[in-house]
Amino acid sequence: MSELTRRLVLLGPGLAWFALFLVAPCAIVFVYSFLERGTYGGIDRVFTLENYTRAADPLYLGIFISSARIAAMTTLAALLFGYPAAYGIAAAPKRWQVPLLILVMLPFWSNYLIRTYAWIVLLNREGLINHGLEVLGLADEPLPLLYNDFAIVVGLVYGYLPFMVLALYSSIARLNPETLEASADLGASGLRTFLRVTLPLTVPGIAAGCVFVFVLSIGNFITPDLLGGGRTLMVGNLIFNQFLSARDWPFGSGLAFLLIALMMLLLLVQAVVARRAGGAGLHA
Amino acid sequence: MLKAPLSRRVLGAHLGLVYLFLYGPIAVLVALSFNESGLPTAWTGFSVEWYGKMLANAAIRAAVVNTLIVAAFSTLIATAIGTLLALGMERLRSSAAMDAAIYMPMIIPDIVLAIALLSFFTALDFTLGLHSIIAAHAVFNIAFVCVVVRATLKHFDKSIVEASIDLGASESRTFLRITLPVIFPGVLSGALLAFTLSVDEFIIAYFTAGAGPSSTTFPMQIYSMIRFGVTPEINAVATIVLGVSFVLILVSQRLRRDEPL
Repeated sequence: MSELTRRLVLLGPGLAWFALFLVAPCAIVFVYSFLERGTYGGIDRVFTLENYTRAADPLYLGIFISSARIAAMTTLAALLFGYPAAYGIAAAPKRWQVPLLILVMLPFWSNYLIRTYAWIVLLNREGLINHGLEVLGLADEPLPLLYNDFAIVVGLVYGYLPFMVLALYSSIARLNPETLEASADLGASGLRTFLRVTLPLTVPGIAAGCVFVFVLSIGNFITPDLLGGGRTLMVGNLIFNQFLSARDWPFGSGLAFLLIALMMLLLLVQAVVARRAGGAGLHA
Repeated sequence: MLKAPLSRRVLGAHLGLVYLFLYGPIAVLVALSFNESGLPTAWTGFSVEWYGKMLANAAIRAAVVNTLIVAAFSTLIATAIGTLLALGMERLRSSAAMDAAIYMPMIIPDIVLAIALLSFFTALDFTLGLHSIIAAHAVFNIAFVCVVVRATLKHFDKSIVEASIDLGASESRTFLRITLPVIFPGVLSGALLAFTLSVDEFIIAYFTAGAGPSSTTFPMQIYSMIRFGVTPEINAVATIVLGVSFVLILVSQRLRRDEPL
């Protein structure tokens, strides 16, 4: 067997599957995004840029902005909550680190719908948290915890915190302890060492975690749908509606491509940040 | 890495809080599934009544069967193709473009893949059903299997393959008798991960299932139950689903040992 045939046999099926069920479908969506919507919800083969100009309409731009706001709040909360957790795992005895990390990741791989549903049980008017507050005498009447942006952010943080912790851990665990010791030996306080040495060296992990949590959040459909009660539309819900209820596939395709473009841009930023920060002070 | 006992204690407490945040809501669902009243606010006694109700629900049973069919076939396809892909990538010089091609199906927002596949199948006049969900799930599952197997291949000692060839074994024989058994834990680990992901996947299945209840999968059934209102039956369903996912993922991790994913 020649090396070429060997590669063809090994790589061929996978690349063919991706070409057929990933690249071709995305190409179709890209083409649709430049076509007009037919009268009865079909697609007319007429070139137009309207799907993209329409996305700039205040109504839709507003949805993009509020989605970005919610995704940004989620990312920030996950980072603030996740950094000390990742640091704590990296500081734990070596043999505990992998089990602790698996324990963080376990929910991430399980059913997202059910994990979201758990928050309906906790946050609704007759839910566990309101009940608890009432029993403790902390609230006279149920707090509106569910069906608002707060619930969406809580649900998204719950969903994606494990991913943030994993990204941060892989950066923090690669820190060279000698670099930190050098900083301490030279008289820097713990806080100063953290701000001037640890934090800058873990920027690649921070960037990777933040980009992925942001992208996963802004394109999310389930959480705003179930925990937002349909009051807050996010980009994911907007795309969903264009395809399944409004039957405006070209516009939905345009929105999907804007989402992909945003994702690509953020990944590019992340790659640049990681390359700049990479190297110094880390284990090989 | 950390010397000060105070910071250690603070970090430990914070970590405890994170685990409480991650597992508290899950524990609540499990507890509720055994609550006779089914209400989150009043414990009226231990009962497995809701599990009985769940098993008696014909729609749930049909959806579970559909999901098992989809997961089994998409896992089989993905495990075969993903393993080959990982082996093939070993033979190439590492390139960022090739890596990106593998990661793309993992990071593309699921709603985008969902509408893209719906557009594609509709444009080709392809009849939707379980087979289209299988094809769709195989896309991201191939990527996940490939990544897991590649991690195993990192520790693979290639000299044993050379030894086998030197001793006169054919290439296919070497693959079946040497390479495959050595990387098998990784392949199985990837397959278990793929199976779990397929069992739990909702949006892509929702878009590629087509109309009609004949191709409703378990997550689609769960979604409509949640939308319909909080019924205690869901807690029993949730407990089973989370339990099965956790076991499969833990076994998958165990097979991989040092590479947490």
